[in-house]
Amino acid sequence: MTARDLQINEHGRLQHFITVEGLPRQLLIDILDRAEGFAGLGGGRAVKKVPLLRGKTVINLFFEPSTRTRTTFELAANRLSADVLSLNIDASSAKKGESLLDTLRNLEAMHCDMFVVRHNLSGAAHFIASHVAPHISVINGGDGRHAHPTQAMLDAFTIRQHKHDFRRLSVAIVGDILHSRVARSNIHALRILGVPDVRVVGPHTLIPTGIETMGVRVFQDLEAGLRDVDVVIMLRLQQERMRGALLPSTSEYFRLYGLTEQRLRVANPDVIVMHPGPINRGVEIDSAVADGSRSVILQQVSHGIAVRMAVMALCAGSQTE
Amino acid sequence: MRIAISGGHVIDPANNIDAVVDVFVDGGRIAALGRAPKGYKAERTINARGLHVIPGLVELSARLGEPGYTHKGTIASETRAAAAGGVTTLCCPPDTLPVIDTPAVVELIHQRATASGRTRVVCLGALTRELKGELLAGMGGLRQVGCVGVSNARVPIPNTEVMRRAMEYAATIGMTVFLHAEDPWLAAQGHVHEGATSTRMGLPGIPETAETISVARDLLLIEQTGVRAHFCRLSTSRSVAMVAEARRRGLPVTADVSVQHLHLIDEDVVGYNSLCHVRPPLRGRRDRDGLRKALRKGVVTAMCCDHQPQDRDAKKLPFDATEPGVSALETWLPLALRLVSEGVLDMPAAIASMTTAPAEILGLEAGTLSEHAPADVCVFDANVQWVLTEDGLLSHGKNSPFLGQTMRGRVCYTLLGGVIVYEAA
Repeated sequence: MTARDLQINEHGRLQHFITVEGLPRQLLIDILDRAEGFAGLGGGRAVKKVPLLRGKTVINLFFEPSTRTRTTFELAANRLSADVLSLNIDASSAKKGESLLDTLRNLEAMHCDMFVVRHNLSGAAHFIASHVAPHISVINGGDGRHAHPTQAMLDAFTIRQHKHDFRRLSVAIVGDILHSRVARSNIHALRILGVPDVRVVGPHTLIPTGIETMGVRVFQDLEAGLRDVDVVIMLRLQQERMRGALLPSTSEYFRLYGLTEQRLRVANPDVIVMHPGPINRGVEIDSAVADGSRSVILQQVSHGIAVRMAVMALCAGSQTE
Repeated sequence: MRIAISGGHVIDPANNIDAVVDVFVDGGRIAALGRAPKGYKAERTINARGLHVIPGLVELSARLGEPGYTHKGTIASETRAAAAGGVTTLCCPPDTLPVIDTPAVVELIHQRATASGRTRVVCLGALTRELKGELLAGMGGLRQVGCVGVSNARVPIPNTEVMRRAMEYAATIGMTVFLHAEDPWLAAQGHVHEGATSTRMGLPGIPETAETISVARDLLLIEQTGVRAHFCRLSTSRSVAMVAEARRRGLPVTADVSVQHLHLIDEDVVGYNSLCHVRPPLRGRRDRDGLRKALRKGVVTAMCCDHQPQDRDAKKLPFDATEPGVSALETWLPLALRLVSEGVLDMPAAIASMTTAPAEILGLEAGTLSEHAPADVCVFDANVQWVLTEDGLLSHGKNSPFLGQTMRGRVCYTLLGGVIVYEAA
């Protein structure tokens, strides 16, 4: 089943949120608008709850470690008044040889309504969504190299806070595109939202084959890639990339692709700098940039809660109709 | 038993027959075509009017589950599926458990196949002990118990010296080496073709060069050692071009492609369809078209079905964790007929690629309706349409990417050595 058929139910509503690919523009706008409502709720201080998911049970199924994503999903579910349970599967049944489907069947038997899934294999969320009971929604919290759709939406949300028209933007995504689910989801989201110029920048070893077919331009040279852009999205460089002969060293990587104030000069003067975190200071980004005035990295984190609330609310809405 | 098959459209590529003629079977062999031998009195007559009569199909690679993987299939279940698919000879690759690297394993498979009695089963012996790519397997002994060739199955031999010596030794005892070309480093973590589709899906890919580099290396070693070699399941246009060039230079090389690779492409994996997880991976449209052309031009002579039944659990996982393979025996003939209706091959060429060509590669007296040949015959209706369902498959493996599709063409009778081993209900 294609992702679109899986995600959108017969009423045209969002049943699962597995990937941004193939979703209609209006649906993305709806998520952003909804998130804007939630972002205003707390006013930055008191945590206000809304009863949208009261009586519902959300299970965070994390087959891969995560702090940021899991915590913001937990907070989002809490603020929607859901009961939340976080399971770190890596340490429990997966090691005992219980199959993924068995784990799912067991959790279904506990009458939950929503799974947030993170898994190291691409397609895991798609697989789970194809096999869960029909009353359960699955939200992809990141699967392998494939997709991290809520990250893409919170990035789009952050961009919209600073730049008003997606249709006039140049966005550069810099770093390890090959292994990045964030990059793939961002590319889909930005293209669907109408960004005319999406660039990926990195060494040949970290740019996957045929990425141009996703509607991006490929740059090997950082300066050329950053010229006149409005948004820079830096990606985390995993230390293990030195193995497998993808890169010689982190210091050489920083020399060629590390984002510094000086390198940023070729971008538009009002450029914003983003990063999905956690950041490696001195590897892909200089501290001066990460902590500087153009950095919106911490805003991304707080927007994560509102955006995940919006996605959960939309998926839950499709269930009640 | 004397069986007359009357009024059918006989296609016997080995003898250039493509006409309506009667076939007379006697004593397990083909007694005559056209006119009955003197004094012949049929004990049973099969009315084949409107049907096709062809030699029983010869499959170059069928994994039968035994020994070692009986949860995926058994010799009994898979030979039953073969008979229903019109297949009368199966060649079993050596990656069983234990590996076919001792005569005892070969004898076990032969015994069970004889007990089942539905198809002939021949084996490829291991090229290296336990398929580890280090020490030579006892090829001479394997040959003595009837192995028709040697192979390391899908386990690569990265050590070039070992490959050279293995080829030299196989050449010494006159055995054909069956090669699966895949560079283990370039293929590494991949399960699908490396290209725009794998990038989009975030699946680690297997580049075309994983196959072509290995083909190039092996061709040079074939030339050096003089061994007769067969490339199994080529998947890219580039590699068939390299084999074509080698054949032009007179190297003793043949190749096959799987019927799945002639129909499906990498985009069919979209939606993480694990039923399309095969090895080598489904490539792009251009490669698929290149394989079709190579088969049409005779560069690749054989089309196989690469039967690999899987248990349900093996396919019910996130894509990269699933096992490769298609349960293919029962869809082989209809998918070949689909190639005919799509104009890729004419009917005699399609039948030849499933009978005479694989029989020749295996060095077997099979795949023909010549007088005195064993009466392995398939009678099929080329026009009947049916929908492929799990329940309809006799194979233990229900893993077909064609489930739910309408197939055209169905086997009516299969004869093995003059005995009817399958008769459609």
